[in-house]
Amino acid sequence: MMTVTKHVTAMVGNHAVAYAVKQAKPQVLAVFPITPQTTMLEKIAEYIEKGELKAELIKVEGEHSALSAVYGAAVAGARVFTATSSQGLLYMTEMIYWAGGERVPIVNAVATRALAEPWSIWDDHQDFFSKRDASWIMMMAENVQEAYDMTLQAFRISEDKRVLLPVMMGFDGFILTHTMERLEILEDETVNKFLPPREFNLIDFNDPVNVGPIAAPDDYMRIKFETMKAMEGSKEVIEEISKEYEEISGRKQFGLVECYMCDDAEYVFTTVGAWTGDAREAVRRMRSQGKKVGLLKIRVVRPFPRERIKNVLKGVHGVVVFDREYSYGIGGILATEVKATLYNSGIDVYSVIAGIGGKDVRPLHFQKVMEDVLNGYKFDERWLNE
Amino acid sequence: MISYPIPLGRPKVGAAGLTGHWRVIKPVIYYDKCTKCRLCVIYCPENTIDLLEGFDVRIDYDYCKGCGVCAQICPQKAIEMVPEVK
Amino acid sequence: MSEELIPDYIKQKKVIRQQNFFRGNAACPGCPIPKELDLLLEVMGKKTVLVVPASCSTVIMGDIHGSPSPVPVVHSAFASAAAIASGLSRQLRIRGDDAKVVVWAGDGATGDIGFATVSGAAERNEDILYVCYDNEAFMNTGIQRSSLTPFGAWTTTTPAGKREFKKPVPFIMMEHKIPYVATASIAYPFDYQAKLRKAKNMQGFRYIHLLSPCPPGWRFDSSLTIEVAKLAVETGVWPLFEVVNGEFSLTGVSKTLLDKSKRKPVEEYLKLQGRFAKMSEEEIKVFQEAVDLMWEYIKELVKR
Repeated sequence: MMTVTKHVTAMVGNHAVAYAVKQAKPQVLAVFPITPQTTMLEKIAEYIEKGELKAELIKVEGEHSALSAVYGAAVAGARVFTATSSQGLLYMTEMIYWAGGERVPIVNAVATRALAEPWSIWDDHQDFFSKRDASWIMMMAENVQEAYDMTLQAFRISEDKRVLLPVMMGFDGFILTHTMERLEILEDETVNKFLPPREFNLIDFNDPVNVGPIAAPDDYMRIKFETMKAMEGSKEVIEEISKEYEEISGRKQFGLVECYMCDDAEYVFTTVGAWTGDAREAVRRMRSQGKKVGLLKIRVVRPFPRERIKNVLKGVHGVVVFDREYSYGIGGILATEVKATLYNSGIDVYSVIAGIGGKDVRPLHFQKVMEDVLNGYKFDERWLNE
Repeated sequence: MISYPIPLGRPKVGAAGLTGHWRVIKPVIYYDKCTKCRLCVIYCPENTIDLLEGFDVRIDYDYCKGCGVCAQICPQKAIEMVPEVK
Repeated sequence: MSEELIPDYIKQKKVIRQQNFFRGNAACPGCPIPKELDLLLEVMGKKTVLVVPASCSTVIMGDIHGSPSPVPVVHSAFASAAAIASGLSRQLRIRGDDAKVVVWAGDGATGDIGFATVSGAAERNEDILYVCYDNEAFMNTGIQRSSLTPFGAWTTTTPAGKREFKKPVPFIMMEHKIPYVATASIAYPFDYQAKLRKAKNMQGFRYIHLLSPCPPGWRFDSSLTIEVAKLAVETGVWPLFEVVNGEFSLTGVSKTLLDKSKRKPVEEYLKLQGRFAKMSEEEIKVFQEAVDLMWEYIKELVKR
């Protein structure tokens, strides 16, 4: 690893992402304010006002128009960015599928938040996971540092010619968006080298094209098959870009999954998002007591990294999956996908539903659940509801 | 030439095929009555009447859908709609 | 095909006018959309991007195997045309292109599902030309009523005739205080093109509302498209006007129609269309009164 000068600062999650966006130098942004993303939008507007970011910020009248406007700009070759949360993400859903289906590189930062009804501004993962089938690459950050790193990597991944897919970067509302943490930022020149000018354009008056017309059934299915191949192929590209980022930042990056203390673990937590940090703390406490536990952190949710997961969990007795969302009739979405991945492997999967609507979850909750499992309390699904 | 994984449409005459096949009645121009006013060229909804040298007009029967606007609009009644006989 | 009908000397002549929107597309016989687009692209030129939301034009624009448009087309979700056009136009300026962005939207996409989007883009004065071609219903999905369907018209969702009046979208756009608003009718193609030319040379949000009669939807023989569009203007049902930076003026035939005696009675327009066939005497009177009321309002606008 080459020597890297570290610039250490402290920022809240929203400002860290705004700073990453500034360094990425997009041309067109269209963002509609929604709690808890508003301070990110305000920071971006401030950068543009001060001239630190030379971009057009379209103050659209709604999230559906926000994603539409960046889609239009992206088609004409702009590097674009938008950000939203819960209700806004739902409102722009039609365009999420539109952009994913047309494979236009876009970066969308989603501050996760519970979905109404009941009305809530607190954090859970329902909104983020509801978009999982729209052929977007989706990743979730564990802390403010990762939110910053992932935003920069997202631009690079989406524009890679082997990928050409929009990327959604999720980070927990209020827990990360409004919490100040230690942050190492890269130098502007480093980011410029990591994110060269964008080479993507569909509007060429010497080669006029029809972008996104009707596709007959045979054509449609063929297009989706190619998209599936692109999503599968993007796994390697994500890992490659992650490695390159590791070189330029001097910090270890983990690609699709990270297995913390998994080598000799008998039971492993599986988490996505900010509470991975809490799970890490629980693992550390239990390891100090001699218990053989570990943590599987899934960094990239789509494409679901099933091969990597199967690989790192070899030899494990059981997996305790924490879900901050739910699918009625079948269970936690992450738990269901982990179960499908571990089909026929002999590894038990214990599903825990917690933190819905922002209900507080701390290391002691993780610890208590794991201790129950270690003490022989086997369960299919458990809600941390008290 | 733009290359892109999602197929893009490109300009093509007859994007819906030879739409002349749709006709049930077809327009016939009586050139002895035509005064070259070119209203039929201007008003043909399908852009299927060609403007030629000397301001003569010609119907492109490959694509004419037989709507009848040209016959209705011609001030000299120089266009007649006749049954399409195959 | 049918070549024996063309005399030899005609067959040998060269074509002197190019197609600006290709023939052989999926439009219904008698549908004015291909002609409207041909006239538009003749004025706007090669450096134009069309943004087309869900509408009849979506189907007319062909599929991945061929498109009748010689300029780039970006398809849009139903409600988003004005927003996609906003992003497109901003990026084209940033990359130093003076190309024109034209939204080609139907009345449903403009006055109903996309109304907020159009209003938002107008308020921000985005640099786009928005053309609404108005066939007065959701035609592409099979003739369901839209807010721009006129009073008394049959549609599949208003089989007894629409109870409500046509949403006055051109006047609403005028109240947004945008640089240019105009109405046009396909029966007056040179008036339409003059308005396009004027709009092309202006900046900011320009809006043109084009009356586009639909033979299957309005229930008339496909040969009468132009006749219906002409009577709409001659009866005063569809006023031709333009508002340039707030200054209102009537254009074409409509200039002579401020005097009620010069306007043909609305029956002449209504009787040609099957969608108004079941209207009672009373309803036709209501229709006539609504048209007269609109002209009183227009008198006020002209005086300003």
